[in-house]
This record gives sequence, C-alpha cells and structure tokens, in this order.
Amino acid sequence: MATMVNLQINNIAVSVPEGTNVLDAAATANVRIPKLCYHPDLPAWAACGICVVKIEGSNKLARSCALPVAEGMKVITHDPELQEVRRTVIELILSTHPNSCLTCPRNGTCELQTLAADFGIRDQPYEQIIRDIPADTSTPSIVLNPEKCVACGRCVAVCQGVQDVWALEFIGRGDETRMAPAGDILLGDSPCIKCGQCSAHCPVGAIFEKDDTRVLYDAVLDERKHTVVQIAPAVRVALGEAFGMEPGSIVTGKIYAALRRLGFDTIFDTNFGADLTIMEEGTEFVRRFVEGKGALPLITTCCPSWVDYMEKYYPDMIPHFSTAKSPQMMLAAMTKTYYAKQIKTDPSDIFMASVMPCTSKKYEIVRDENMYSSGCQDIDASITTRELARMIKQAGIDFETLPDETVDEALGIYTGAGTIFGATGGVMEAALRTAYYLVTGVDLPGVEFEAIRGLEGIKRATIDIEGAEVRVAVAHNMLNTKIILEEVKSALAAGKEPRTTS
Amino acid sequence: MPVTEELTLPESVQDFIEKWRDKPGNLIMVLHKVQEAFGYVPRGVALELARELDVPLAKMYDIITFYHFFKLEKPGRNPVSVCMGTACYIKGGQDLIAELEDLLGIGLNAVTEDGEFSVEAVRCVGCCGLAPVLVVNEEIHGKVTKEKLPEILAKHREVSAE
Repeated sequence: MATMVNLQINNIAVSVPEGTNVLDAAATANVRIPKLCYHPDLPAWAACGICVVKIEGSNKLARSCALPVAEGMKVITHDPELQEVRRTVIELILSTHPNSCLTCPRNGTCELQTLAADFGIRDQPYEQIIRDIPADTSTPSIVLNPEKCVACGRCVAVCQGVQDVWALEFIGRGDETRMAPAGDILLGDSPCIKCGQCSAHCPVGAIFEKDDTRVLYDAVLDERKHTVVQIAPAVRVALGEAFGMEPGSIVTGKIYAALRRLGFDTIFDTNFGADLTIMEEGTEFVRRFVEGKGALPLITTCCPSWVDYMEKYYPDMIPHFSTAKSPQMMLAAMTKTYYAKQIKTDPSDIFMASVMPCTSKKYEIVRDENMYSSGCQDIDASITTRELARMIKQAGIDFETLPDETVDEALGIYTGAGTIFGATGGVMEAALRTAYYLVTGVDLPGVEFEAIRGLEGIKRATIDIEGAEVRVAVAHNMLNTKIILEEVKSALAAGKEPRTTS
Repeated sequence: MPVTEELTLPESVQDFIEKWRDKPGNLIMVLHKVQEAFGYVPRGVALELARELDVPLAKMYDIITFYHFFKLEKPGRNPVSVCMGTACYIKGGQDLIAELEDLLGIGLNAVTEDGEFSVEAVRCVGCCGLAPVLVVNEEIHGKVTKEKLPEILAKHREVSAE
C-alpha cells in the first residue's frame, strides 16, 4: 500500500498516493485542470503551460502535471487570474497554428480545438506566424504535418521512451524547434516502424493516419471488380464506440450488415485467417520443439511493426521468428487463390480490403514480395476502425439500429481461438493451445500467467507438455519486447538455452 | 539533403573517440572534434558516430541542431562571422550583413557558388571595443565599415587561392 498524501484542492480535502501529480489529484476532487501536452501514458514534460495552478505560500504558478503532491499542500486550480493565464497560452499557441480546422483530419477530436472552444476564443490578438514545412507522406500508414505541431512532445516521448524506436525527435531550438524524423529525413527513410503510437498520442492534426477510404469507394463503383472485405477481431469491439455505444460493445453482426450496405460483394472475417495462423504457428512450434527443426525460442506476432522493429534492431533474431503470415495476409492470400478459383474469377479482378485496428496494417500490405502471393497485391487497401466509422456515417447508415447479418461462407467461419487474437498475448496463447493439442491429443488446461513485478506489460508462464517444460513470455509494447529479446539473447550467449537449427 | 562523400573518420577523430568512449557527455566533445576536422558535421559521419557511440541518430541531430555552433552544411573556404552582439549590433552589424549580401550574393547561413565564402551571424565575439566586428578565417577585423569589406574579402580570397 502506497503512502497516502493529504492535500487540499480548492479547499476540498483529498488523499492520494505519494508521487501522484497535482493534476491527477485534482481529478479525485472532481476538478478538471485543462491540459494540452500532458498524457497519462507518458511522463509529464511541462511543455504547454496550460495546466498551471497556484500553490499557497508560493508566488509562482506551478505546472500541475509535473508537480508531485506534498503533505498539507493547498492548491487553487481555477480563478479568474489562472483562467486569463491559460487563455493567453492558448492564444499564443493559436498564433502559430493554422486555422484550417474544417479540413483537418482531427476536426472534432482535436484537443486544441476543444480548448479553444471551451475558453471561447473569438479573436486572435497575436500576429499569426505559420511555418511553411511540407507534409511528409513517405510511409503508407502515417502522415506528418509539422505545420500543425504544437511541440507538446508526446510523439517524441512515446516513440523514444515507450516504443524505443527513436524515429522522431525535436530539431532546432527556440521558436525554430520542430518535430522531425531522426536526422531530418523522411519518415519512410527513418527507423519508423509504423506503429502509429505518435498519431494516437498527437493532440492535434500534426500526425495522423493516412486515409484510404477513397480507394474503397472507387473499387465498389468499379463493376469489373469483385469486392471482398475482411474485418479484424478488434474492430468488432471498437467500432460501436464511434456511434455512441458503450465501449466494448460487440457489434460483429452490424458490421457485416454495414459492409454489405456499403456495397461489398463478399464479407469475410479475419478470424478465419487467425485460425490458419494459429494452426501454422502451433504446427511450427511442434516442429521446432519436438522435432528439433528450427530455432528456439519461437517468436510470434501478427504486428507488422513488431516485425519491422525486429528486422531493424534485432536482425540476428530473424531465425527465431515464426514464418507464418499474419491473419489478414493469410486470409487475403486464400481469397485471391483458393476463393478466386471457387468463384472462377481472376485474382486481378478481386479487390480485397481489410478493416484493421491499426495503421501498421496499411504498411504490412506492401511490406515485401510475400504480400503479393496471388500474383497481384493480396490486399488492395487496409483501413482502420475510424475510417470505417466515417464511411458508415457518410453512407447514411444508422448503425446502432442495423439488424445483425452473418458473414459469408467459404472463408467466413471461425473458431474462438481467432477472437482472442485481439488481446496482447492472445496469439501466443492460441498457438500454445494448438501445439499442446497437437502433441498430447487433449486440450490445454488454463494457462496461469504470472505478472512480473515492476515490469508492466510482460507476462510469463510455464506449462508442461508431456514432461517437457515450455516457458512462454508475452510482451506489450516495443520496450518490453526489447527486454525479453535481450534476456533471450544473453541466455543463448551463455549457452543456457538450446539453439536448435535444422 | 546533400549527400556527402566523407564517410570515414580521420584517425585523429577515431583516437579522440577512444579516449572519450565511456565518459559521460562524450557526444558534445566528439562533435566538437568532428567539426574541427571537417568544418561541419557531415551526415555520413553523424551516422557513423551514432553507431560508434551507440547514440540514436535522432538524439545526435537533436544536439547538433540545438547548438548554433554545430553546422550541418559545409561552410565556405573562408567562413565570415558577423558579430551581432549588443555592441556590434548597435554599431551597425546588420548593415555589414546587408553589404555582404550585395557583395557576395548570399544571405546568412549560405555558401557562395564558388565555395569561397559563407556568412553567418554570431553572438558576442568578446571584443566589443572594436565594434562592429567581423571574423574571417578566425582573424578578427575591428571597426569594420561597409567600405572596408571588399578589401577584407579580397585579402582572404587571395590567401585561399595560394
């Protein structure tokens, strides 16, 4: 139990664990301090100065995001003077930010726009200076628009501190400071792994995911094309939120119905691809573990960013990697080969789209020549849950009241193993269960994962397969992945682990 | 982004890296040495340094671009630094920059086409009594007037031609 600290927020007594910042402490007293640069996932950087508060006994304004609570502290979070200071900060930020809200990808979800609205900013007292820096569209997934950057530092913090990728950094200083890919090159030429964490954390429209919806509309309108779409496991629990439904609502049947109304000829479910991936990976594990053919430990993932990370930072670990494709790519290959034959259509006349939870999948579809296994690009376009939500809105589909429909036969059926892919560790667990069954002929009883103290995002377990001990580990986000890879590498170097190769 | 041919570190820099490899704050020291050797920090060298010192390239450029001292572009054979410290500023440093632009056809932080001169503005050089001050090839020229500039430039052009 952490030591509790007592303080007063606007004369309301609160008690919070030691180390909590004043901004979060205020939330426990139902006080919302406005902020722009602070993000709960990331260390406070105190860049924007909007979250300033007054502390009794100090004549300075303190930034509440970066100020830890202290016993007996008396904080004033809101008064006309503080509101005026915050208003000035917002006006200054707006003086370097283009007024192109109407055509901005973050229109309606922009944190700066919300602040300007909340503070009722009606005019701009400062001369507007917009830097002319071209947008960077060099990756298939993410667009950088440094013109809109407010220098909050979130993208840099997440790219370096959480993902350990170091693709983004600030360059220059003072009012010349700008966010840029490592060494001021194009993002596509940088170590970027297209994980999209920068765009997910950007408060404004400076980093956003590429919109590919136009490609889908064109395909649907093209009468020569047989249009097929697949939806990923995670989409069915995420899409409902965009339509005001309870977060986590499962809307699988409604998505099938909406995709049909959008004009797709055939609806498949990536879960079928996931089943294939599990069988492949389970079998591969058995081959390596039982027959001793191939390198151990076996590393699996369906995340193309992870693969990119490994290729860039741990090329020596490639033999440990599963050779199985990700579910979206397996299903796509099946669609443009097996299914194409079934419906007697040339693969080049099939348009395959995928709806995925992540911008990284946009990059995966053109990753390398293996993504063209049917002779043409296996997936023609990949869109995210958010893009699908926009398409549904544009098409005037009343999503919440849609009746449930079913997925199409042939490649639409799937098991429960595929569905757990959406969770971190789901792939590993599904493959492990499959491997266990392949070896023993019986189902694996529950896997007990042990959380590692102090290492959030890493889980480990040991299971017994016919007397042989199998140790598994699951990592969430790139930095944790690195921790495990380093551990594996040093164990291999010390000769502690068998490095089996065929 | 210009591509540079100078990809290998000269021995002096390599020795220097060895001396500083495990010391904290080594990057700044090594960058100083690199700039001393090349006159700027060539891209290829920055890449090699990143590998050598195990510093992400992003961090390297963060530092190079933070300090005005470090340069990413090759300067002219005769770098001209116009002091814009308070005294020189008041005594007409800006006029010297304007005149240099007329004479050389380049503004600040640029290099003449023939590679002879580059011009930059610097903070106080430390001899305010001589304001306005101009530094060419580390040689200080004090009480400079617009009229004296052609002569100063010609002198350095001759020296570098020898």
